[in-house]
Amino acid sequence: MSARIRVNGREEDLAAPTVAALLSDRGIAAGTRGVAVALNGAVLPSRRWDETPLSAGDALEIIRPVQGG
Amino acid sequence: MNDTLTIAGREFRSRLFLGTAGYPNQQVMLDALEASGSELVTLAIRRISLDGYSESLVDVIGDRAGLLPNTAGCLTAKEAVLTAQLAREALGVDWIKLEVIGDRELLYPDVEELLRATEELVADGFTVLPYCNDDPVTCRKLADLGAAAVMPLGAFIGSGLGIRNPHAIETICARSPVPVVLDAGIGTASDAALAMELGCAAVLLNTAVSKARDPVRMATAMRDAVAAGRAARLAGRMPKRAFAEASSPQLGLIGT
Repeated sequence: MSARIRVNGREEDLAAPTVAALLSDRGIAAGTRGVAVALNGAVLPSRRWDETPLSAGDALEIIRPVQGG
Repeated sequence: MNDTLTIAGREFRSRLFLGTAGYPNQQVMLDALEASGSELVTLAIRRISLDGYSESLVDVIGDRAGLLPNTAGCLTAKEAVLTAQLAREALGVDWIKLEVIGDRELLYPDVEELLRATEELVADGFTVLPYCNDDPVTCRKLADLGAAAVMPLGAFIGSGLGIRNPHAIETICARSPVPVVLDAGIGTASDAALAMELGCAAVLLNTAVSKARDPVRMATAMRDAVAAGRAARLAGRMPKRAFAEASSPQLGLIGT
């Protein structure tokens, strides 16, 4: 069985080696204003996306601001 | 007359804070924002859609107003703290409208979790503006923990029921060591004016404008109502009387 990770609550195969690679696969470049990432419950600053490897069982939250009250 | 509002050392000319949700479209939202004169708008933080990256709300708002991200929908201090930290990372803004709710239908604050989250976020360097109950004791505790303002509700979020307990709001305003921002419940202009007359430093509203038949016109009405209520508060209202007192002279009446 292949390694799995959770991205925004959804399980998927671990395909990208780093956080930056995973985001880039989804069209989000490092340093995109308004996007932030938490890895396993802690904020991962965008300057560290490149150097941060992903491993089986990791949980990522990728957020952005939306309309709100 | 110089009557700026200061929260955590930041000055505002407008005492109206506006939400960005629920407008018929983005242009109406921007037009309403301009009409309101507001210098601070609220945003929510949500998981990004991984199917496609749409235009960023931040870019749409640009430099039209300052940004106040919220933690809407969070049920625990832990969720709210992480949401606030993500908001800071995403926006470079360390102000947070702290919402920790205890009931998904009523959207009523969970005071225990709210106090805990306030303490943690203040310690982490945030300027915390908590949405809270119209309860003077809770408001005092939040201020003691370092909240930069307190934001008691006038009525349930999105209800438009106005200020259900004006005496509580007035009491909170009279006793609070930090600015009081009436948040939630405003339905129309007179509600916003009343909040200011009761002593609130500012009003935060969203649905009253976004769901008005003409949001831009209502935004103008809210701007004027907040200004009028503030001016009335500063002017000092006349004392209330139980009986009539003629304003015209009693002497020189014809036929006496």
